Amino acid sequence: MLALVAVHVLVALVLPVIAHRSTRAAFIVAALPPVAGLVWLLTSTGFVLGGQEHVEVVPWAPQLSLELTFRLDPLAFLLGLLVTGVGAAVLIYSISYFQQGSAAAKRSGALLLLFAGVMLGLVLSDDLITLYVFWELTTICSFLLVGQAGISRESRRSALQALMITIFGGLLMLLGFVVLGEMAGTYRISELVASPPEGAWMPVAALLILMGAFTKSAQMPFHNWLPAAMVAPTPISAYLHAASMVKAGVFLVARLAPVFLDVPEWRVSAVALGVITMVIGGWRALREHDLKRLLAYGTVSQLGFLMVLFSAGTRVSAMAGATLLLAHGLFKATSFLVVGIVDHNTGTRDIRELSGIARRMPWLAVVAVLAAASMAGIPPTLGFVAKEAAFEAFAHPHALDLVVLAGLVLGSVFTVGYSFRFLWGTFGDKTGVPATSAKPLDAVLFVPTAIPSVAGFALGIGYPFADNAAAGYADEIGETSYHLGLWHGFGAPLVCTLIALVGGSVLQYYRAGVSKARDDLPAGPDAQHGYERIMAALERAAVGVTGRSQAGSLPTYVGIILVTVILVPGGALLQAAHVPRDLRLYDNLLQIPLAICVLVAALGVLRAQRRLTAVLMVGVIGYGIGGLFVVDGAPDLALAQFLVETLTLIAFVFVLRRLPARFTQGDVSWNLRWPKALVAGTCGVFMAVAALIFSEIRQAPPVASHEFIARSEEGAGATNVVNAILVDFRAFDTVGEISVLAVAATGVASLVLASRFDRRKRSGSSRVQPSGEPVAASALNRGSSSSAFEAEATESAQASESPAAQRPSSEGNTSAKPPSVAPDSADRPSSEQEAQE
Amino acid sequence: MTTPKPWTNWDAPAERWLLSGFPRDIRERSILLELATRIIFPTVLVLSIYLLFAGHDRPGGGFSGGLVAGQAFALRYLAGGRMDDSAIISLRPPVLIGVGLTLAIATGFVPLLFGQEVLESAIYKFTVPVLGKIKFVTSLILDTGVYVLIVGVVLDLLRTLGSGVETDAAAAAREQES
Repeated sequence: MLALVAVHVLVALVLPVIAHRSTRAAFIVAALPPVAGLVWLLTSTGFVLGGQEHVEVVPWAPQLSLELTFRLDPLAFLLGLLVTGVGAAVLIYSISYFQQGSAAAKRSGALLLLFAGVMLGLVLSDDLITLYVFWELTTICSFLLVGQAGISRESRRSALQALMITIFGGLLMLLGFVVLGEMAGTYRISELVASPPEGAWMPVAALLILMGAFTKSAQMPFHNWLPAAMVAPTPISAYLHAASMVKAGVFLVARLAPVFLDVPEWRVSAVALGVITMVIGGWRALREHDLKRLLAYGTVSQLGFLMVLFSAGTRVSAMAGATLLLAHGLFKATSFLVVGIVDHNTGTRDIRELSGIARRMPWLAVVAVLAAASMAGIPPTLGFVAKEAAFEAFAHPHALDLVVLAGLVLGSVFTVGYSFRFLWGTFGDKTGVPATSAKPLDAVLFVPTAIPSVAGFALGIGYPFADNAAAGYADEIGETSYHLGLWHGFGAPLVCTLIALVGGSVLQYYRAGVSKARDDLPAGPDAQHGYERIMAALERAAVGVTGRSQAGSLPTYVGIILVTVILVPGGALLQAAHVPRDLRLYDNLLQIPLAICVLVAALGVLRAQRRLTAVLMVGVIGYGIGGLFVVDGAPDLALAQFLVETLTLIAFVFVLRRLPARFTQGDVSWNLRWPKALVAGTCGVFMAVAALIFSEIRQAPPVASHEFIARSEEGAGATNVVNAILVDFRAFDTVGEISVLAVAATGVASLVLASRFDRRKRSGSSRVQPSGEPVAASALNRGSSSSAFEAEATESAQASESPAAQRPSSEGNTSAKPPSVAPDSADRPSSEQEAQE
Repeated sequence: MTTPKPWTNWDAPAERWLLSGFPRDIRERSILLELATRIIFPTVLVLSIYLLFAGHDRPGGGFSGGLVAGQAFALRYLAGGRMDDSAIISLRPPVLIGVGLTLAIATGFVPLLFGQEVLESAIYKFTVPVLGKIKFVTSLILDTGVYVLIVGVVLDLLRTLGSGVETDAAAAAREQES
């Protein structure tokens, strides 16, 4: 099973190469791994439905007892069929849907296949950590697929919203996994199911895990990312946001339902939220004009339905859930792909603009009718079979059950309503709307669209297949003799179905009245609005914290660092240290003149009025210390010290050209002068005392150093022990240090180049130039109309420009270096700039 | 065969650096420094390579060697200014930094191929006819990586704080004039 997932990922990795030559070929190649997966699943049908399981354990990090565990059981089998089957259909469909050679096609092929792989991994995983890894990978794929090129603001916003909400839930879920796994002592799902842990923390784990499921499966009030994600190309919506990824949440609930059977918090919250989601989602779907958004709210509604069925904790509801899982994937995939064809061939998917499509594409209409029949629960489709079982599960004379049943029936009325609305909106003739012109139907688009809906129809008639698979899963929950079927006699379920069908038809018939009624209803709290306000508040908080902690004042930063040094290690030193014995004034006479030299230079720095003087004095201090190294017999250290000192001096002088010649203390800092002097002085004294004390409290001779010296010749082939340590004994440190150096150099270069005068001028006049872009782009990326943030971003951008405005004026003070402007220097620096970039 | 140079041109420079044709403003120029740089520069580079190789048994090493080489370029910049940063353009500091880092890290993994640990070094001793006994320690490659990276860092410094700041000043001055 790991191999199957790996094949998906590996093919996805080479796919860009193929897509570079031909995107059609790339989609064909991309469809192969899902087809292989489908074939593998179908060949193991008898095996799995016979009650056996494939299990595969691959050690990942044994020291942390992490392992990749895969298990094929009936539930994984059902969702696996969807993931591979719909995946293959969507990839074949994409051959024709995406424009040959377009950037979207190049990107989407590989990403869709990658997604198919990680989704398959999620479905098959039998370990909470493995599941979490695949879970987040699907989120990332979704982000990339929704965001596409990131050119339009809307797609960036939707992608980010989907990412934020699902990652938020995913992290809470990880926390829940850890609580659960630590309580049970195992992260293996099959072991958890076999012996569910008990304890006071179970409700906590349940609610945390449910948060992950709710966000991923777009339950109220986290549902709004799903309709927003409809900006993605339709095959992606069909695959990720209808058939597979959004199922991950309800799949997780289904997986862990046996574990949380005795935790009422799990059942109550999931059932309640599921019913609310089903009803509100269905209601919202009735008022959408965009076919994709209509279907998206339909998906939200159906996911609520699934959530109820999987969390209710009875065998019949679990069977209904497993069947609906399959049915929904099939009919929703077809519905989306139908919309995709209509959109592709007519150029619109707005209900108000489409008319007379049924006559132009009759076969497409037939396929869509099959899908909608399954969606509405009309016999003999698989959707009907599932709904019968669902109503049966709650048709008990028990108050709470009846409330849930009423909710489900109401939700089903809306479901039937929007199914009709979908058919009528897509294919119906509308009075007053001219017949839409459409391109002829393309077989490559049509066949993958037709297969899922025909399968949904066929599986409805051949219900024993679904019955076997669903029973295989539901046996984990409880025991009854219920079987799926097309005919259970006249009873409550059939009545509920009839109510739903009649109610839905009425809704469609009186659609004008319905739209008026819902316009008259007061607008409730809008989840999208809430999300935007939360994001805006987060951004304001972030800006506030950054503004306060990053004051931009060098004296403040240095002051805080120094005070911390004095307080923390200094305090420890005062407490624990004792006065060192046998202090010597000097070891070597040469140290005395060098020390005097350093001290005089240090005083000189304090007294210096001009920056250049101060820099030179600091240089003298550095050379003096290098001299002390020489005296102490450390030529390597001394060499490095001299070289670094020289380079620092040069760098300082470079920068000084753009700074005022004198320290401009002015009159502001007189009050602060003594506190600053006090902090600096104390810190200096602390460093000196600490150096003395630390070198004195060594209790044993350094073992490592002796070993280094002893072994440098034969071990590292070096007689210079410093070098032996650097390139051999501690070579890993060296590699780390040069990496830091590389990063630091790149960072400094970026900062200096980004703040160059000519760039600032350009970005000041028009905000699209390079240095202005990061700010603007990030403000856009935040999505949400957070005008507050944008205002602050602009402010900070202006603030960062203001020193630039001062610099030229300070240039007047230096006056020592009249800048040279050679006749052709105007061209040359710019060309050299390009060369550097 | 090239035509023999007239003896008056025997000492004409063969390299173009510091003779780019775009000299600095006369007030910023020091002919003496330029001349000294032209003479010293290659010597300093040789010294830096000596330090790199000598590091194993005497003071030196990749870090010191790289700094010395970098300071040779710094000297060139001090003499020629931003009108003579041909070295920076042709050597591309970010590329040097990347090459150095890659060299150091990639060779660190080579011992794995021979069943050794990461970054472990081997010693080879062999005799070359003229030079005599030569000892080659594989950690020299790591040191070379450090050397290249340090040269890159210094050149980057010259590019940003050197010519960058200078260009900036010139642009600001032009702005003030206009």
